[in-house]
Amino acid sequence: MSEHHHKETFVTKYIFTQDHKMISKQFLVTGMFMGIIAVFMSMLFRLQLAWPDKSFTIIEAFLGPHQTDGIMNPDFYLALVTIHGTIMVFFVLTAGLSGTFSNLLIPLQIGARDMASGFLNMVSYWLFFISSVIMVISLFVEAGPASAGWTIYPPLSALPQAIPGSGAGMTLWLVSMAIFVASSLIGALNYIVTVFNLRTKGMKMTRLPLTIWAFFITAIIGVVSFPVLLSAALLLIFDRSFGTSFYLSDIFISGEVLHYQGGSPVLFEHLFWFLGHPEVYIVLLPALGITSEIISTNSRKPIFGYRAMVMSIMAIAFLSTIVWGHHMFISGMNPFLGSVFTFTTLLIAIPSAVKAFNYITTLWKGNLQLNPAMLFSIGLVSTFVTGGLTGLVLGDSALDIAIHDTYFVVAHFHLVMGVSAIFGMYAGIYHWFPKMYGRMMNKTLGYWHFWITIVCAYGVFWPMHFIGLAGLPRRYYSNTAFPMFDDLADINKVITIFALVGGIAQIIFIANFFISMYRGAKATQNPWKSNTLEWTTPVEHIHGNWPGKLPEVHRWAYDYSKRVDPNDDDSDYLHGQDFVLQTTPLLEGEEQS
Amino acid sequence: MLALFYIFIGVAIGVSFWQITRIMNFRGVIATDEDNTKQGRNSLLFMAFFYAMMIYCLIYMNVIMLPESASIEGEHDDNLFNITFILIGVVQFAMQFLIFYFTYKYKGSKDKKAKFYADSHKLELIWTVVPAIVLVVLIGYGLWQWNNVMDLSDDDAIVIEVYSQQFRWEARYAGEDNTLGRGNVNFIQGINTMGVDMNDKNAQDDKQVTELYLPKGKKIHFKFRSQDVLHSAYMPHFRAQMNCVPGMVTEFGYTPKFTTDEMRQQSEVIAKTAGINKIRKAKGEDIYEFNYLLYCNKICGASHYSMQMKITVVEPEEYDKWISEQPTLAKVIQ
Repeated sequence: MSEHHHKETFVTKYIFTQDHKMISKQFLVTGMFMGIIAVFMSMLFRLQLAWPDKSFTIIEAFLGPHQTDGIMNPDFYLALVTIHGTIMVFFVLTAGLSGTFSNLLIPLQIGARDMASGFLNMVSYWLFFISSVIMVISLFVEAGPASAGWTIYPPLSALPQAIPGSGAGMTLWLVSMAIFVASSLIGALNYIVTVFNLRTKGMKMTRLPLTIWAFFITAIIGVVSFPVLLSAALLLIFDRSFGTSFYLSDIFISGEVLHYQGGSPVLFEHLFWFLGHPEVYIVLLPALGITSEIISTNSRKPIFGYRAMVMSIMAIAFLSTIVWGHHMFISGMNPFLGSVFTFTTLLIAIPSAVKAFNYITTLWKGNLQLNPAMLFSIGLVSTFVTGGLTGLVLGDSALDIAIHDTYFVVAHFHLVMGVSAIFGMYAGIYHWFPKMYGRMMNKTLGYWHFWITIVCAYGVFWPMHFIGLAGLPRRYYSNTAFPMFDDLADINKVITIFALVGGIAQIIFIANFFISMYRGAKATQNPWKSNTLEWTTPVEHIHGNWPGKLPEVHRWAYDYSKRVDPNDDDSDYLHGQDFVLQTTPLLEGEEQS
Repeated sequence: MLALFYIFIGVAIGVSFWQITRIMNFRGVIATDEDNTKQGRNSLLFMAFFYAMMIYCLIYMNVIMLPESASIEGEHDDNLFNITFILIGVVQFAMQFLIFYFTYKYKGSKDKKAKFYADSHKLELIWTVVPAIVLVVLIGYGLWQWNNVMDLSDDDAIVIEVYSQQFRWEARYAGEDNTLGRGNVNFIQGINTMGVDMNDKNAQDDKQVTELYLPKGKKIHFKFRSQDVLHSAYMPHFRAQMNCVPGMVTEFGYTPKFTTDEMRQQSEVIAKTAGINKIRKAKGEDIYEFNYLLYCNKICGASHYSMQMKITVVEPEEYDKWISEQPTLAKVIQ
């Protein structure tokens, strides 16, 4: 491929490009744009939760017909939480995270010229782009965007009589998501095929960096579960527009009995969560993969327990497809199913614990280079542990009854998948920015960004556990209808302040990102002294990644600080430095790690 | 509070721009030994903040949490919750310490060498097996309790139907025969708001109410129906919750343990009520008195946030008196 150099126009280079490196940047920037919208929305609804009767100019300015004198309408509050969730889960943490880093790293780290199909890769991005555009357009529908929660449970999502957002807004939501699923599937198939077929000579599966393992398994989960969401969405479209009754039955609304007979919303819940739960891991696993790579590189140590890490990724992926029912303990399904799902759910704690302990052991006796990427990775381990532990409470059906759908749940999943995955994404951006743009990001801004963000993340979500334990349900527009929640008002204000500061602090990152893109220090070829193949490519991007022949791999990715005498920590480095590129042949008598 | 908030925002924006302009020279990119030292120290500072916040919340937010279970079945929930909470609390405090302390302790420098340590089957075995054993206990207790809670085989239980619609709750007692008459949305007409089939003989003695009265110490068997969209009947004081699903009947049961009056005398409730009333007094609102509530916990539309029904638990004699005063449906709907 490198031999035919087409003359590239602006359009083929930046817009309809088939180069995985450019596509990854397109995913990143689109994801960041969607992320800004979603964060801004969360700041608006946090204002509402903290000061429900106060009028805000910012709400008056942005919400137009959906507010009265600077106080948002209840319908639109629900729309905001719905779209915030949808955008964050799918557009930012699925497409923005997987799309960016799978695209960038899979070919570069396995030693391939490009993805298996550059064309499909391009199609995948443009479908994602179209679906983002439709989602943004849905915000401007007269009756408001979809507002039945990101889980869009029917009948609420099926009946415009029940909530105005279930009219045109919901239609656009479903169309957007259907296109999104197509995009994800095409992307995921491409990743799987690429990892299977295009590994360079010597790159055995057992030598893959953990990033690739994570992206690969994530793609498999996506292929298994996303089609089910598509079918759930299609059936919902049928119910809404063509009068079928898959999910609806015996409904009396706005003074009349509807014709629907025999359907069940519980069916939708099953279909939705069959994707919805694996989706959590689709979001989280790439972040964990990125973290494994960054923690190892910056600790100057091999990742502890490579095999255990791979096995735990597989175990999590397998278990993730058989635990969806833990979202439905109180849906009215057979209690026996509840027992089964409790059992499988709590089992996930084992591979998760293995991963957490392995990260900590990797830090132990390391030579930690505390770059911003490293701090975000350490932050991820911290939020993953904090959020993961409360999973033991929620996954237990008997306990879930009492706190299902309260703020305890909101705190749990934001920490374990939201904040953790975002931290993984930030870590990845700081770490691979030089690979993407040939320049470095500023570290001082990175440090400010990290410390403000982690303080605010915990400031928001730690107290939130407790208002959940006070019995406060999520998705309440205001808590003023219940005197028993009056003592939670001050905590809600504190949470909002942390959320606003944390949200605004992301400006530091945005500024750093865009200024560095043009004015950052020029990157060297291997700035973090890393072992993996992407750092053997030239800083300036070329089609086909490597000039000349593809690199040959001789060892795994984690030979950091390897010694002459493995049992003597004071002995010299085996290769004269504390890292050994994967392309370095084994020395005579050197043991494979 | 608001002023504080604007100051916060002002400071945050100010600091960010000051920092950005101060270091427009974008040359500092890779952590030096000096950075490692500084960030290692920050890690300790953060750990101090984090532990302070965790402990502060654990101590001072105890008062806002739900009081002890008001149902007999919920006692084991509280037990299991306490066991789980202590366990994850210990693990949380230990792990977070390791994470941030290691970040400080092993901060890098030019003179240091990392230990090459790639694997240890013994360690991995330990942290696979230990969590597994702990989980066996949690899962075992959890499943036992789940079966306990979901067991509705008691024939003497008082049958009550809870009916949800945007945005209110209604309820129907099964009457003398303890059997509910058939219900379906097609029968909704005029004052027959719950859609009860009045041709069904079981329906004649049913009693429709808008507030729940429950006798202390008797098992209650709830049946839930919904008229329009999904709702969830959440009764947190009894550790009870069940979705109301249009097109099907869902069930849940519990035995109230304390009357409303007894609950008001309970020390946790007194403390929480006092806190609430202090706030209400400052705002000039009327005094709050503890009541059990059933409220909606599944997003159901614009007024989801206010959909509630009062529950009063009384002594059995008082309950008998109250229920006998309620008119039967046969009387109300001719």
